[in-house]
Amino acid sequence: MATYEKKQLVTPGDLIVEGDFIPGENTYADNNKIYASRIGMVDYENKKVNVVALRSFYIPKIGDIVIGTVVEVGFSGWTVDINSPYQAILRASNVLSRPFRPQKDELSEVLNIGDLVVATIISFDRSHDPQLTVGEPGLGKITRGQIIRITPTKIPRVIGRKGSMISVIKQETGCQIILGLNGVILVTGKNREDEELAIMAIRKVEEESHTSGLTDRITQMLKEEKAKREENKK
Amino acid sequence: MSQKPEKLIDKKGLRLDGRKPDELRKIKIEVGVLSNADGSAYIEQGKNKILAAVYGPRELHPKHLALADRMVIRCRYHMAPFSVQERKSPAPSRREVELSKVIRESLEPSIFLEYYPRTGIDVFIEVLQADGSTRCASITAASVAIADAGIPMRDLVVACSAGKVDDTIVLDLMDEEDKLGMADVPVAFMPNANAITLLQMDGTLSLEEFETAVNLSLEGCKKIYAMQKEALRAKYVLLKEDEE
Repeated sequence: MATYEKKQLVTPGDLIVEGDFIPGENTYADNNKIYASRIGMVDYENKKVNVVALRSFYIPKIGDIVIGTVVEVGFSGWTVDINSPYQAILRASNVLSRPFRPQKDELSEVLNIGDLVVATIISFDRSHDPQLTVGEPGLGKITRGQIIRITPTKIPRVIGRKGSMISVIKQETGCQIILGLNGVILVTGKNREDEELAIMAIRKVEEESHTSGLTDRITQMLKEEKAKREENKK
Repeated sequence: MSQKPEKLIDKKGLRLDGRKPDELRKIKIEVGVLSNADGSAYIEQGKNKILAAVYGPRELHPKHLALADRMVIRCRYHMAPFSVQERKSPAPSRREVELSKVIRESLEPSIFLEYYPRTGIDVFIEVLQADGSTRCASITAASVAIADAGIPMRDLVVACSAGKVDDTIVLDLMDEEDKLGMADVPVAFMPNANAITLLQMDGTLSLEEFETAVNLSLEGCKKIYAMQKEALRAKYVLLKEDEE
């Protein structure tokens, strides 16, 4: 017996459905009834009830790729702001490809305050702050490109179904795009125009995230924009 | 400004502002009015004008206040110097410190504190213009602001007062009724969970009167709850329409 159907807007405390269902994201169960715990859109996944949150923040998960800003240089590592209620720790031994020598190594020469890093989360639980590593290819300090920040809940939409959205944007603009699951996106292209085009597309996805047929519209928009640019050059 | 009115309820049974005993004042709630805060709300209830802002969850400073098993809520209720007839000193008064605590405790049961240990959220409530029952209006606004910040909650908290004025039980006291009336009963309530999170009484009431007053407040709460939900929906429906 559903009080709210799929895609309907709910506010915290709303009774979504009663009976044999499993509470999913942003919901809670009480006495066989499922309630919303955030503002968002209802989504049914077989017996599981989710609420796709409209307002949320990033909570670290092991294995997530994130983009963060160094906010503090410590004795044996860095503190990184990853746009989350918890600050992340990046240890020197996870950055240097050799053993860390506290007497000789000057950490601020490797990464300084304000530097941006792409990293993955290797550990996080209720009692410890998240720990990062840059020890895989494609991770590390960001040296070029542009950063945009979007709501973390909208990252899955930018990826699209099986990565359809992001691959379209990459293909059409020729940019490399790294999606931090914490809502920070790095766009690196051959030139500034390409990057701006990709950013425009991502912004459009963010704004129209709830509409259908978005991938096709983005493809079309990118093609039109490119054609316009060609004409301007002539 | 005004002299002390002789009667708070006239012969027709109407109150100073023309309301019936069981009538609420005019209420307007707006969501997301402050761009710097993670969540915010503004409420006008009669002549009350109150702003609520929520920050977090974020790392708590000073760090020793953090709790290992749950999130900490800090709350500041503050009245602007110009919010009342006689200038109020901007320093937190004894009353404001107490109200901060009372409001915090009425909001705490609605939030899933155990989800994000070692973090904190800050709730700032600024009374710009006071007209009686500010604690109730503050709770109503703060709860909406918390929902706007995307913090997981069991239910919205809504508050409303009732009291005794000229031997009649009335809903939603205004300033004069609060000061010259015989009793004031503020109640905070979570309608879906059917749980009362704040219940105070100032003045004297008989047991029957008290029960009538509480039930009257709960009725008022339910009406305001619908407005809270409407305000939250309005913001997000508007966002959706803008995009389309």
